[in-house]
Amino acid sequence: MEALNIFIKSIFIDNMIFAFFLGMCSYLAISKTVKTSMGLGLAVTFVLVITVPVNYLIDKYLLQAGALSWISESFANVDLSFLSFIIFIAVVAGIVQLVEMFVERYSPSLYAQLGIFLPLIAVNCAILGCSLFMQKRDYSNVGEVFSFALGSGIGWLLAIIGIAAIRERLKYSNIPPALKGLGIAFIITGLMAMAFQAFSGIKL
Amino acid sequence: MSNTEKQKDPLFGPRDMKLLKTPFSKENPIIVQVLGICSALAVTVKLQPAVVMAISVTVVVMMSNLIISLMRNTIPPRIRIIVQLVVVSFLVIIVDQVLKAFAYDVSKQLSVYVGLIITNCIVMGRLEAFAMSNKPWPSVLDGLGNGLGYGIILIIVGFVRELFGSGTLWDERIMPEGYIPNGLMVMPAMALILLGIIIWIHRGRNKELQENE
Repeated sequence: MEALNIFIKSIFIDNMIFAFFLGMCSYLAISKTVKTSMGLGLAVTFVLVITVPVNYLIDKYLLQAGALSWISESFANVDLSFLSFIIFIAVVAGIVQLVEMFVERYSPSLYAQLGIFLPLIAVNCAILGCSLFMQKRDYSNVGEVFSFALGSGIGWLLAIIGIAAIRERLKYSNIPPALKGLGIAFIITGLMAMAFQAFSGIKL
Repeated sequence: MSNTEKQKDPLFGPRDMKLLKTPFSKENPIIVQVLGICSALAVTVKLQPAVVMAISVTVVVMMSNLIISLMRNTIPPRIRIIVQLVVVSFLVIIVDQVLKAFAYDVSKQLSVYVGLIITNCIVMGRLEAFAMSNKPWPSVLDGLGNGLGYGIILIIVGFVRELFGSGTLWDERIMPEGYIPNGLMVMPAMALILLGIIIWIHRGRNKELQENE
């Protein structure tokens, strides 16, 4: 039940884009058409559900204060959490590389869709940000972390498809020349964020 | 830079000045190049974290530009992204530890966004576009210019949001007694709209930046 709550919360209330601005760069750069933004959104979700649980296990059994006590009691005072940034980014970059090779080998059609986006994702702040939030929020087991990652990914997918659909329509509207492109994309995202604010009243 | 063999470059020539100046307006990393937006919006509820974040990013961009520029001839092109990530995360860990030691409250407010400097597109973008193909000194100036160009936008947004959202500046009360804080300003939505308005004003004054789609 807890996992379901986390899932819904991370899609709507703690939406990656509208509440935390994570992954804004690629969100703005690759939201011109619905088709490509769908591909990017799926790739982000895919990488999130793999990297965040892996980082959770690494954090829990290697990095946290006292995490190494499963090896020997004498390590109970070791705190490696200052290393978490470099370890997390290494895990993300490594897994993105692995996923890319794996998808290329076993599903060429999926690779054709996601292929160009996968290398970009290693430096997408949404992925690292999700791992860092996971570390801050103290989830109690892998199931909860998995639903958090899945929810965040779907929330991101929802946001990028929404803005892409609106931007496709914007071609036909009369926008002041200085506001065209980037400016209006920001303002629309702001309006969408206001709409998503309505969910924040839900108590889960 | 073709006739550098004969005459030595001055330490701070007009070319260096240009490196420092263009990121403020014509090539501003946030509002023109659209890099590093994630952290720019999240830390601007108050002025103080915005300033601290601007300084942290400037330091990281400068230092990573310097290090990568010194190593640029020895990095194999195939693994350059990983090398860059390692250098940047090393610098960010230092910044994070320094903030935790000397500015613990601000470091708590910035929460995960300090760590996210690693994936800040400005850092990676400058490394790829400038430091990999330029000498150390211009790279440092380029990093400084871009860090400050990023900082100026953060400070503008942070100033407006704190002044109207909480009626304070740097946690000092500015607005008169009867002012009721505008709750919308501290919400994420308003950061996006403010940035949209800054872009609107900037492009209204610089017609050549306008997009025609």
